[in-house]
Order: sequence, then structure tokens, then C-alpha cells
Amino acid sequence: MTSVLYDAPGPKAKVRNWIYSGIFVVLFALVMWWALSLMAEKGQLAADKWTPFVTDSQVWTTYLIPGLLETLKAGALAMVIALPLGAVLGIGRLSDHAWVRGPVGTWVEFFRAIPVLMLMLFSSALYSPQFMDVPSDTRPFWAVVTGLVLYNSAVIAEIVRAGVLSLPRGQTDAAKAIGMRKGQTMAYVLIPQAVTAMLPALVSQLVVILKDTALGGALLGFAELLSMNRQISANYSNTIATLFVIALIYIVVNFALTSLASQLEGRLRKSKKGTGAVLGAEEIDDPVPGANTAAGA
Amino acid sequence: MKISKAAAAAAIAVALSLTATACGGSKQDAASDGGASGGAKDKIVVGIKYDQPGLGLKTPDGKYTGFDVDVATYVAKELGYQPDQIEFKQAVSAERENLIANGDVKFVVATYSINDKRKEKVDFAGPYFLAHQDLLVRADDSSITKAEDLNKKKLCSVTGSTSAQNVKTKLAPEADLLEQGGYSECLTGLENKAVDALTTDNSILAGYAAQEKNKGKFKLVGLSLSNENYGIGLKKGDKELQTKINAALKKMVEDGSWQKAVDKNLGPANFKSEPAPQITEGS
Amino acid sequence: MFDFLDSGQYDVLGAFWVTVQLTLYSAVGSLIWGTVLAGMRVSPVPLLRGFGTAYVNLVRNTPLTLLVIGCSLGLSQTLGINLGGDTFKETGFRLAVLGLIAYTGTFVCEALRSGINTVPVGQAEAARALGLSFFQVLTLIVLPQAFRAVVAPLANVLIALTKNTTVAATIGVAEAALLMKEMMENEAQALFAVFAIFALGFVLLTLPTGLFLGWVAKRVAVKR
Repeated sequence: MTSVLYDAPGPKAKVRNWIYSGIFVVLFALVMWWALSLMAEKGQLAADKWTPFVTDSQVWTTYLIPGLLETLKAGALAMVIALPLGAVLGIGRLSDHAWVRGPVGTWVEFFRAIPVLMLMLFSSALYSPQFMDVPSDTRPFWAVVTGLVLYNSAVIAEIVRAGVLSLPRGQTDAAKAIGMRKGQTMAYVLIPQAVTAMLPALVSQLVVILKDTALGGALLGFAELLSMNRQISANYSNTIATLFVIALIYIVVNFALTSLASQLEGRLRKSKKGTGAVLGAEEIDDPVPGANTAAGA
Repeated sequence: MKISKAAAAAAIAVALSLTATACGGSKQDAASDGGASGGAKDKIVVGIKYDQPGLGLKTPDGKYTGFDVDVATYVAKELGYQPDQIEFKQAVSAERENLIANGDVKFVVATYSINDKRKEKVDFAGPYFLAHQDLLVRADDSSITKAEDLNKKKLCSVTGSTSAQNVKTKLAPEADLLEQGGYSECLTGLENKAVDALTTDNSILAGYAAQEKNKGKFKLVGLSLSNENYGIGLKKGDKELQTKINAALKKMVEDGSWQKAVDKNLGPANFKSEPAPQITEGS
Repeated sequence: MFDFLDSGQYDVLGAFWVTVQLTLYSAVGSLIWGTVLAGMRVSPVPLLRGFGTAYVNLVRNTPLTLLVIGCSLGLSQTLGINLGGDTFKETGFRLAVLGLIAYTGTFVCEALRSGINTVPVGQAEAARALGLSFFQVLTLIVLPQAFRAVVAPLANVLIALTKNTTVAATIGVAEAALLMKEMMENEAQALFAVFAIFALGFVLLTLPTGLFLGWVAKRVAVKR
């Protein structure tokens, strides 16, 4: 599509493109040079700040890998709990009965309107000795998982609802025509098709969940990947290098998941089995006005 | 719904912890909770800090170092446990009373100041160390010699720390206070001149300054803005353990191990070593 | 139940005002930065396209928390870049806005790019037939239509941004979430009341935004 915006470059345009590229390279190099020289001035490029990540396997075995495992554990558990819960809430919102639709809708809209960090902080306070007394060493973990579940089940409810609504009207009509009841239509016709349509959106929601676990590390003392920054830099005083490596790990993991999501999307769009309705990884918020899943922390 | 979900999470957590206790505590009666799990005198669980160099630090190779660790090891030895029978458990500041009350640990050696509020919940042995609130500055910075010099300077401490509030409200109201998640973040700023001073107990400051990578970079100003008597926290009413630990601490001071541990862990960085405090608890 | 509010110890409105300010500054910044990024991603210069794509993919897969903490610990505390802030309060606020812009810009860029895709091919083709350059096609013909199509997605980004400002609590910016944390620690017996107050605050911030921009989206949509 983008190529529609401009003509295939002729000789003049080619020269112009080269000039623009040149200007960009110079600007980019200047910024990089400024950043690197500032880092060099503060000794942040010194080899001993970076080599621990290559030479000292203990940095990985003691801090980074256990931290990554905690991140993945919390993210996976939150997804596993939030998924069925979100499905129930999403179907509830589609109910014909106002007394189901109303409260479920309020519940979903309420938890989508509240920052996930506040839900984590609330859960953490709730699990303290004064209320529920969850053991101190697992409290941050459960607080993070609870916060993520509360928020993401509401988001997933919207994904499920959008998935079902995206199916052609004819599917429901046909099911009715052969005498299926409402529950049967939902269980045998709509949900199976909606699941395939939702898959990419769900995978990219997992990326949002993984990123959000970092909040627990920063404010609740959850020993996840980002929180390892404090312990590593306490040993090597290499804050920038450590943050850089941690960011790289997040990017690799999340990029793998994102690629999986868009591959799924492409596959599903091509396959002839479904009804052609596929919720894109990026567009989960489009079909339902007011949804806001795209930019989770 | 919210409650039931939270309850479910809690139920799982409780179930997990029950299984853990069931595994460990089956051979022992409840009275020895935390003290030993498995066979008789097999293990002793001690609460320490994991992130305070010089006092209690978990190193990358999974070992533990610091003055509190040395004291804990010595006391455990006097109680009849070899170093390999000690199991260390992280005791972050806010959790120390809970760990003791729940019997998760036998005793806590974690920069634990003795005060009356805490004595309502736990008993102490010791004190084994007298610390003072002090300031840490860059080694080449001579502009800060007393707390009042902090006016118009940038001061760093950890979120919710009482020492920072002390300075801010009483001594140097014009100081610009930065609250960080941990002392190591403050140290990064101090090293790079983003902050001018870091305040908390001198033992903690000395521990950071004495680290290999920090040698020669920082110094203590040498103030005594407060007195903090570090004690060993233990279960309320356990007189027997209190007496035993007090005896162990006394012996540690007498045979010179105490002084050695201080010099080894807190020695560099202009730390004015004071003699061990008199034991006051439980007498 | 709410008597702790009377003591005057907690400035709830002040904290929410900081949240609003964080949102507004970051919103303007990320709108500009996101538009620039989108322009790069559809430009005829391969290098700019490559940079735009790389930036969006790298930053979107990094936790916002890491970006904000990186701004504080990396830029300010280590490299001494304080963005002209004199006190830690000022500096922290600006660093948080910088982190939020860097992150939210990628979402604005992607929303705009999908908006550009909704503009019929004929529009750009007609513009090119008139002899307009790429820059002219983009700024005069395509973007004005694209912006009208993406009001709804951008509203979602704005609502997400409002909620994401709470991440600034990790570097000690005195906004709503940080005050809530403090109050939950000091007033533990009133936990539910404290949570209700702050939850209500965010519902009041995000709900009208969504409704108003939804109305705007309907009004400005290009009828086709």
C-alpha cells in the first residue's frame, strides 16, 4: 500500500533518496557519537561493566535466568487464569438477559478503566498480614498475578466479545434454523470459530502481560527480570549495561511472541476453514469502541 | 468475584505453604518450627538481608557475606550448628516481625534496631552493634562536614526511610531529597555526581563504601545523628534462646571474632569502629 | 471510613493533577513523535523506513517500566542528563514524560499507519497524477484523512496513556498511584476506601475521554 504514496523512483528521485539517507546517517551518527562519548566520559563503556555478561556465567545463573523464569511464570499463570475467566465474562456480556449483561458489563468496564499497577498495589495490600496474610515470600508473586488477572480478564472479555461479534450474522441464523438453542449456538458454532479469530490478539495480549510483570519488580519487590537490575548493579555498578541487557532479553522474548502472533494471523487469514474473520494482533481495540488494549504498560 | 478470586489465589498460596511445612515439619513437633526441619538439629533457618553489602549480601555465586552473616554463623555455631547446617532466608525490613512470629526463621540478624514498638511483637538478644545515622559523600568532596551543610545540596535515601525525613524536617530543610528504590541506585547517582550525599545508618554506608568496586570513591562524614542498637530478633517469650544467644554474643566479643568481623566487613572508608555495646536485653 | 481524608495529610487532588499533567504533556509529545515515526515508516527512503520499523519493534517490546527507570537511572543518575530540571521533582517529572513519549509514540505511529491504509488508493493516485511530491501527498491529502479515521484508535491510546502514567511512580513522581501506595501503607484499615477513591479518580479521567472522543470520531469520520 505504502508504495501508492510515491512513484517508483526515477533517476532524480534516486539521487534525492540518497541525499536524504545521507543526511539521516549523519544526524544519527552525531546523536550516537554524542551518546557514546557521554557514556565514555562517565566510564560506562569500560569493559568491566559489560564483560560480566559474557565471561561470568553466574550473572546469568544467579540473576537473569531465575528472574526471567519468574517473569514467564507470573505471565503464564496470569494468562491461564485470565483466559477462562475472560471468556466467561465476554460471553456474559453477550447474554440476552439484562441482569447478566449489566453487572458483567460494569465489572469489565471498571477493571479496564483502572491502571494495572493500582490493581497490583491493592492486591498486595489485601494479601498483607492484616487481611489475608499470604506468606511474605510469595506475596509479591500472587499480588502481581492477581492484578494481572483482574485487568486482563476484563481485556480478554472484550477480545472474546469482539471475536464473537466479528462472525457473520448468517452463522447464528443457520444454527437457529437447524433448531439449536442459544447455549448450543454459542458452544458449538460461535466460540470455536471465534477462538481461531482471536488467537493472534490473545498472543499479543500475552506480550502486554509479560511487560506488565515488570511493575511488580519495581514497586512490590517481586523478583522478576527487571528487578535483577538492582542486585546486578550492586555487584558490578553497571546500571546502564545491565538495563541494556535486560531490555534485550525482553525484546527477544516479546518479539518471538509478536512474530508468532502475526504468523498465526497470516495463516488464519489464508486458511479457508474459518469464516474469514480474523482479529488482527494490532486491531483488537478497533471492533469495539472504547476498548483500550493496545498500549498496556 | 474480586474477593473469591483473591481468596482462590490465597488458598493456593496457603496450600503450597502447607505442603512445604508438611514436608519439613513432619518429623518434628510444632514447637521447633523454623528451627529445624527434618531430623534433629539438622538445619537452622536464619533471616538476613540479601542486598546489603558488608552486612548481608547474596553474591552471584550464591554465597552470603557480611557482618550480620558472620554474627549469625557464630551464634549458630554456639547453638550447635555447623555452617553447612545454616539455611539463610531473606528478611526484608517490613517482614522481619512476621517471619519471627510465624516461625519461618529461628532468629533474625538483619540491621534490626531495638525499639519499644518492635519489642511488643518480638524479643531481642544483644545488642551486638551500635550504629549511627551518618552521611556518605564522594571521597574528594569536603563541602559537607555537618548535617546543616546539606541545605541546597542533593540528598538521596530509600523510599520511606526515616533517616532522610530526619534530615529534611529537622537539620537541613532546604536539601533536595531524592527517594530511590534501593541504596545501590543512590550510589550510582552519588558516583556520577547526580546526588551529593546519601544518608542512613553508618554500618550500611560503610558496607557499600567497603565494596571492592567502590574502594576509594566514597567516605563517611562521621556524624552521629542517631543511635541504633542492632539486636537479634527472636520469638517473643523464648527466654532460653535469648540467654543462649546473649552468651554467644558475649563470647564472640571476648575471643576477638567480633572485632575481626567488623574490620573485615566494614573496615575501609573511614569507619570509626566503636567497641561492642553492652548486652542489655533479657537481663 | 473516609475520615483520614480530613487530616489534610494527603493531597489526593494534587496527585491526580500531576497525573493529568503527565498525561497532557506526554500526549502532545507522543502525537508529534508518533506522526514523525509514521512518516518515516511510509517514506520512499529505505533507510528511514528501516529506522522507523526497528524503533517501533524494539520499543514496543520493551516494558514501559524499564524505559522510565532507564531514563531515571541511566540518563539522569548516571549520565547527568536532567532535561533542565533543577530539583529532583522537576527532573523526575520530565524524565517520566520522556519515557512515556518514547513508548506511546510507537502506538500512535501504528494507529496512524493503519489509518493511512484506510485512505482509498485513488486519493493518493489522484494526488500523484497532479504531480504532488511524496511530502505533499502525505501532508495535504493522506494524513488529514487518516487522522480523521484514527480518532477512535488514538482515543484508546490516550486512555492507555492515562493509565500508563502510573508507571512514573517507579521513579518517585508524586502522582496518583504513588500516593495510593503510601496511603495503603499508612491507613491499612481503610484499604477498600483508599482503593475506591483512586479507582473512581481513574474512571472519572478515562470514561469522559472515551465518550467525548468517541463522539468526535463519529463526527469527523470521512463518509464513504
